[in-house]
Amino acid sequence: MSNRLLTFNIFRYDPNTPEIEPKMQKFQVEEEERMTLFIVLNKIREEQDPTLKFDFVCRAAICGSCAMLVNGKPTLACKTLTKDLPNETTLMPLPAFKLLGDLSVDTGTWFREMSIKTEAWVHTDKVFDPKAEEERMSNDQALAIYEAERCIECGCCIAGCATVNIRPDFLGAAGINRVARFMLDPRDERTEQEYFEVVGSDDGVFGCVGLMACDDNCPIGIPLQGQLSYVRRKMAVAGWRR
Amino acid sequence: MSNYDIFSSDVLVVGAGLAGERAAVAAAEKGLNVIILSLVPPRRSHSTAAQGGMQASLGNSAKGLGDSPDVHFVDTVKGSDWGCEQDVARIFVENAPIAVRQMSYWGVPWNRVVAGKKILHDGTEIEDSPEKEGLITARDFGGTAKWRTCYTSDGTGHTLQFVMDSIVIKLGITVHDRTEAISIIHDGDRCYGVVARCLRTGKLRVYTAKSTVIATGGYGRLYGASTNAIINEGSGMFIAQETGVVPLGNMEAVQFHPTGIVPSWILVTEGARGDGGYLRDKNLHRFMPDYEPVKKELASRDVVSRRMMQHIRKGYGVESPYGEHLWLDIRHLGEKHINTNLREIANICRNFAGIDPVHDLIPVRPTQHYSMGGIRTNAQGMAYGLEGLFAIGEAACWDLHGFNRLGGNSLAETVVAGMVIGEEIAKYTKDASYNVSTKLLDEFVGQQEDRIDALISNRNGSENVYEIRREMEKTLSTYVGIFRNGKDLQTAVNKLDELYQRSLKVGIRSGGKGADPELASALRIKGMVRLAYCIAAGALNRTESRGSHFREDYPKRDDANWLKRTLAYWPVGASKPELKYEPVKITELPPGDRGYGEASAQASAGKA
Repeated sequence: MSNRLLTFNIFRYDPNTPEIEPKMQKFQVEEEERMTLFIVLNKIREEQDPTLKFDFVCRAAICGSCAMLVNGKPTLACKTLTKDLPNETTLMPLPAFKLLGDLSVDTGTWFREMSIKTEAWVHTDKVFDPKAEEERMSNDQALAIYEAERCIECGCCIAGCATVNIRPDFLGAAGINRVARFMLDPRDERTEQEYFEVVGSDDGVFGCVGLMACDDNCPIGIPLQGQLSYVRRKMAVAGWRR
Repeated sequence: MSNYDIFSSDVLVVGAGLAGERAAVAAAEKGLNVIILSLVPPRRSHSTAAQGGMQASLGNSAKGLGDSPDVHFVDTVKGSDWGCEQDVARIFVENAPIAVRQMSYWGVPWNRVVAGKKILHDGTEIEDSPEKEGLITARDFGGTAKWRTCYTSDGTGHTLQFVMDSIVIKLGITVHDRTEAISIIHDGDRCYGVVARCLRTGKLRVYTAKSTVIATGGYGRLYGASTNAIINEGSGMFIAQETGVVPLGNMEAVQFHPTGIVPSWILVTEGARGDGGYLRDKNLHRFMPDYEPVKKELASRDVVSRRMMQHIRKGYGVESPYGEHLWLDIRHLGEKHINTNLREIANICRNFAGIDPVHDLIPVRPTQHYSMGGIRTNAQGMAYGLEGLFAIGEAACWDLHGFNRLGGNSLAETVVAGMVIGEEIAKYTKDASYNVSTKLLDEFVGQQEDRIDALISNRNGSENVYEIRREMEKTLSTYVGIFRNGKDLQTAVNKLDELYQRSLKVGIRSGGKGADPELASALRIKGMVRLAYCIAAGALNRTESRGSHFREDYPKRDDANWLKRTLAYWPVGASKPELKYEPVKITELPPGDRGYGEASAQASAGKA
C-alpha cells in the first residue's frame, strides 16, 4: 500500500506571548498503518516543530487529557485513527476551556471548580469504623453508580454544548452526570432539596436546551441525556415540593 | 538574586496519583497544611488507568472463603521471590482490608457478591452464599491462592482515583497541577522541599515543607514499549537520586505484563485471564498448561511473560510487522461478559487495534509494565539518606514487591501505603522543626536557572533530546528485557555510559520560551538516562535469577549470595552509579519454592 501524505492544519497561539497573533500552521506527515493522532502529533513535535503544545497522558482513552476539535468535532485524539481521516485535517483546541497554548486547554481547573460547586463527594454523617464489615449494597446498584462514574472528564460534552456558550456557569452534561452519580449512591445522604440548591437552576438541569450534542460527542458513550432526564425528573419533583 | 515565588506547607506531596493523594488526606485529616504538586490534573494520573483491581483478603466471594492476611502474606512473599521486606508485607496485608472498606465508605462502587450458583469457564460450579450477598466481591488474579482482587468492573483505578480525589477536594487540600518538581532542596542531611517548574508559564517556584513526599509513580517510559502513561518517566526517582545521598533500591527488578496489545502496547488487564481468557500460539494451541499445569495462564506475571517469550523463541509466535506475538482469546467468555465485565478491554481492542474480541483473537506480547524498584525507604516510608524525605507507591522501594509484584498488589499498595505511611508522615511532621535559609533556596534555584540557560543557549552542546531518548529506549528494550545475559547487559551498560555523556550536552531548538515542551524533556533526559544506567548496571551485577530478573547465564535463584537488595547511588559529580547491597528482611517465611515457574518445574521433573 502506498502511504498517504497527510496534511494537518494546526491552531497555534501562546497566551504567554500575546504579541504573536494566533495562526493556523500546516504540517505534513506520511501515514503509517494503525496511526493515531497521538503518533502524528508526537512526530510533528519531535521532527518538525518542538514548540508544539498538546496534552496526552494515558494515550488509551482512559484519562481524558487529549480532547480536541478534529475537523470541528470534539473528540479524543488518542483514539482517532488516521485511516478514518481525510487527506487534510484541521486540529483546534477545545472551546469553552481556557487555552494554555496551541492544542492544550485547562480542563483540570474547570472540572475541579465543577466538583467544588456540586460538592461531588459522598455526604454522610456516618463515621468509618475500621473494624466493621463494609456496608452492603446490591451489585446492580454498584454497577449503576459505576455507569455514571465512568466519565473521564475530557470535556468533549462541554465543548460541544450550545448552552455553555450562553451561560458560562452552566454545569454541562459532565456536571449533571456527576450529580446523578451521587444521587444514585445510597451512601450519599443529601436530600433532594439539598441537590435542588446545587442543580435546580438554569445553570443546572433547567439550562439544557436539549440539542443532544453532549450525547453525540461523549467518546466513552455515557448516556448523558438519560442522566440529565433522571436528574431533571428528580429536581422537578423536588421543586414542586418546595 | 533570583526572583521566584515561594510556597510553604507542613507537608508537600509530589504526585497526585492514589498514593500521593491518600497520604495527603492522612496528613490533612491530622490538621496539617498540605500542598500537592502534579504534572497533570489529579484525575489524569496513571493510577486511573489501572483496570484490574486491588487485593485485600476480605474472603467474601465463594472462591475467597478462608482467605486471611496470612494467606495474602504468603502469596505476596512467594510472588516477590523472597525479595520483599517481610515486615512491610505484614503491615500491608493487615491493612489492605481496612483500606478497601474505607474506599467503599468514601464512595467506590466495588462489585458485590451476588448469591447463587455460577459455572466457571472451566466447568466448575461455585456457589456464593446468601449470607455474603451485597458484600464486596473479588476476582481471580495471577499468583494468588484465593480470589482476592476487589474490583469495579474494569475501571477499578478510575473509580479509586476519582473517589480519592473527591476527598482531597472535600478537605480543601491545595493542588498545583501542571507543576513539575525538578530538584530536591537539601543540605546533605535534611530535605527542605523542591524547586518546581510551572508547566503553564515555565516559571520556577520554590516549595518548602517540613516533610516532602515523592509519589511520582514508575519509570515505564524509559522502555518506550510500555503499558505506562507517557508521564511515567521516573522523575521523582531521579531527582531523589541526584541528591547523591538517596539510593534507589532494586532498579533491575522490572516487571513485564504478559498482555500488552500489539503494537500500541496498551495494557489488556489480567482480569481477562482471571475471568478465563486463554493464551494461544500461531497454531491456536493453548500452550500455558504445557508449561504450568496447575496455574496455567494464572501463574505470576514474571512466569507467564517468560513462558510466552520461551514459546515464541521455540517458533510458535505469530509473525507481524511489529514482531512476533501470541494471541489472547476471550471469545468463549461470551458477548455479554465481554461487553460488561471486560468492557474496557473490548473498547481498547476496537479503538486501538480495530478488532472485536467477541469474535477476534487479541494480539499480545509481554510489555514493560511496572517498576518494583524505586526510592529506597524504611518501613515508615522515609527515604534512606535524607531526613524529612518520604516516598510511596511505585516511586518507592518500600519494599513490598521484591523482584516481582502480584497483579492487584500495586493499587492496593498505593492506598495502603498512602494510609499507613501517611500516618507516619503526619506523626513525623507534627514533631519536626525546620529552618531553611534563603541562601540555600537561592542556591538551588540558581542551579536550575543555570541548567535552563545552558539548554537554551546550547552552551554545553546541541545533542537532540529526542534522539538520546529513543536510543535509551531501544537499549533497554533490546538488552535489558525479559531474558537477560551478561554479554547483552554489558552492551547496554556501555551504550548507556555513552548516552549519559551525550545527555550532558543536550541543547534545544525551540528557544525554550515559557512552558516550552522540548525544554521540559531536556530537563528530564539526564535523570532518565541515569535511571536506565542503574537498571542495566544492577542487572549486570546480579548473577542470579529472581522474580522478574531472569539471567539465562544464571538461571537459578542464588539465596546464598543474592538474598540482598541492590542500592544504587549516584554520587554528585560521578559519571556512573555506585552499587551497594543490603540484606533482605526475613521475619516469617524462609526462602522456599514458589510452587510454580521454572524452579518448581525443575524440582518436579527431578522427582519424576
